[in-house]
Amino acid sequence: MSTVYDLRWRQVHPHERWWRSAFSPIMEDMIEVDHITKRYGEKVAVDDLTFTVKPGIVTGFLGPNGAGKSTTMRMILGLDAPSAGRVEVNGKAYRDLQAPLHEIGAMLEAHAIHTGRSAYHHLLAMAQTHGIARTRVNEVIELVGLEDVARKRVGGFSLGMGQRLGIASALLGDPGTVILDEPANGLDPEGILWIRNLLKGLAADGRTVFLSSHLMSEIALTAEHLVVVGRGRLIADTTVAEIVAQASLNGAVRVRTPDAAQLRSALAADGVTVASAERGVLEVQGIESERIGAIAAQHGIVLHELTPHRASLEDAFMALTGDSVEYHAAGLDRLPTELEHAA
Amino acid sequence: MSTAVLTERAAAAPRGRVTQGNVVRSEWTKLMTLRSTRWSLLAGFVSMAGLGILVAAVQMGRWAQLAPHERATYNSLDTAVGGYHLAQLAVGVLGVLVIAGEYSTGMIRSSFMAVPKRLPVLWAKIGVFAAVTFVLTLVASFIAFFAVQAIVTQHGQQHSLGDPGALRIVVGTALFLTLLGVMTTGIGALVRNTAGGIALFVFLLFVLPGITGILPASVADSISPYLPLNAGTVIATSTFENSNHLSPWGGLALFAGYAALAVGAAAVGLLRRDA
Repeated sequence: MSTVYDLRWRQVHPHERWWRSAFSPIMEDMIEVDHITKRYGEKVAVDDLTFTVKPGIVTGFLGPNGAGKSTTMRMILGLDAPSAGRVEVNGKAYRDLQAPLHEIGAMLEAHAIHTGRSAYHHLLAMAQTHGIARTRVNEVIELVGLEDVARKRVGGFSLGMGQRLGIASALLGDPGTVILDEPANGLDPEGILWIRNLLKGLAADGRTVFLSSHLMSEIALTAEHLVVVGRGRLIADTTVAEIVAQASLNGAVRVRTPDAAQLRSALAADGVTVASAERGVLEVQGIESERIGAIAAQHGIVLHELTPHRASLEDAFMALTGDSVEYHAAGLDRLPTELEHAA
Repeated sequence: MSTAVLTERAAAAPRGRVTQGNVVRSEWTKLMTLRSTRWSLLAGFVSMAGLGILVAAVQMGRWAQLAPHERATYNSLDTAVGGYHLAQLAVGVLGVLVIAGEYSTGMIRSSFMAVPKRLPVLWAKIGVFAAVTFVLTLVASFIAFFAVQAIVTQHGQQHSLGDPGALRIVVGTALFLTLLGVMTTGIGALVRNTAGGIALFVFLLFVLPGITGILPASVADSISPYLPLNAGTVIATSTFENSNHLSPWGGLALFAGYAALAVGAAAVGLLRRDA
C-alpha cells in the first residue's frame, strides 16, 4: 500500500472508514508499480522501476524512445509478466480484476485491433466480454467522432482514425483509470488539440490518467505529475511545476551592450558566469535579468538588449534524460553546440 | 462536449463483468465479422457439399468406360463425403486464422486486456469455431449424401442411411473436420503466426504421411496408421488403403487426442507467455 493512499485513508474518520470499506469494494483508481524488472534475454528493458500513479490526476510517463515505457504499460495491463516485482491496479493484480474494462481502459501504441474488422464490430466484441450494451458502443463511437467510418474496416483507417478508435476502446467500459501510450502520435494539429481537450475532460471527471510520451511539451500541457524514465530506470518522480522551476533556474540572460568588458567586471560575483559568443553580446548565468539591469544602471552602462531565455521544458527533459537516450543521432546532436561555439 | 458525455455516462452505465458466456458471445461476434472467416466457412461448406456431387455426376456419365474392377469396388458413400479432401484445407486454415490472426494484428492484446485470465478466450474461440464448423459440415455432408445417392441410382449404386457404416461416415466426416479445426486452432495459438501456423498444419497433416512413404515398408506400415490425418480419416471411408488401419472410432479418438494435445499445449503457452 502506498503512503499516499495511507495518508488519505488516515484522514478519513473511523466511522467513515468502516462505511467505505464495507460499501465500496473498489479502492481508489490507482496503479502501483513495485520494483518491476523486465528482461528479454540479456537486455534489461525495465530495471527495478517503482512509482505510483496517483488517483484523480493526470500523470505523465516520460522518456526517450526505448526507455521501457510501453513495456511498463504492458506489465501494468497484465500482458507481459515482470521478471521481478509486482504491479497492482486498484489493489489487485490485473489478472485478478473481475471486470477490467470498467476499472482501467488502455490504448497501446501498437494498435491492438484486427485490421479486417469494422470499428463498430471491434468495439462490440470488446463490449460483449463484459456484457456492456450496444448503446455504449455507439456512445464511444460518437465521443471520438468516428460515426461516419464506424462500419468500415479498420485496415483502411488513417493513423489518426486508428488513434481515435484506440481511445474509444479505452473508454468503452467507462473506467476510473485510463492508460494511453503516446496518444498524440500520428495526429494532425486538430487531432492533437482534440486529445488535449479529451484528457482535460477525463481529468475534470476525476479520472486517473496515465499518459506516456517522448515529448515533454505534450505532457506538460496536460499532466500534473511526472514519472521520467530512461533506459528502464526511474530518473524522476516529480511534479511538472518542479521541473519548470528547475528549468528556469538554469536559464541564461542574453545582454547586448557596447561596453561589454565594463559590464563583465561589474557583474563579477560568486556564482555568476559570463560568456561571450560574439562581440558585444554576453551570456550571463546565475543572476536574474532585473539585477543585471540594476547593476548596469548603477555603472551607467548602456544596454541594447536584455533577454532572459528560460531553458525550455524540452531542455529540462534533455538534461534529465540526456545520458539515457538509447539511440543518439551523434552528428545532429552536436551540430547546434558547435555552431554556437563557432559564432 | 466530451466532458459532459463522459460524466453523464459514468452515472448511467451499468457495470458488467467477464463471464464465460459473455466471452462466447464476443467470440461469436469476432468470428462472424471478418470477411476472411465468412469466405473460408463458405468455401468449406461448398466444397464439402459440392465436390462429391460433381464427382458422382462425372463418374455416372463415364460409367460405361469404367474398368470392371472399378465398378465392382465403387462405393457411393466415399464419393458422397469426398468433399472433405477440400473442406479440410478451408477448415484447417481457418482454425489457424481464428487465433493466429489476432496475434498477427495485435488484436490478442485487446482480447487479453478484456479477459485477463486468458483461458476463457481460448475455450470460447474453440467452442464457437467447433460448433459453427460442426453444424456447417454436418449439413453439407448430409446434402452431399442425399444428392449423390440420387445421382448414382441410375446405375444402382445407391445406399440408404440405414446401410452399415453410412450414418457413421456422414456424421463422422463432420466430426473429423470439427476436430481438425480444434487442432489447428491449438496450432495457431502455439505458433502465434498465421503463415507459420498454416505451414505447421500442412506439414503435420499432409507432408508427414508422404515422408513415411520413403521409409522401409515395414516401418512405414507400423507408423502410418497413427499419423494424425491417417487416424482421423478412417471414420470418413468405407474402404481402407492401409491394411493395418485403426478402427473408425478408434482412429477418431486418437485424432481427438492429438487435438487435445495441441489445445493443451496452447493453453499452457497462453498462460505462460507474454502477449
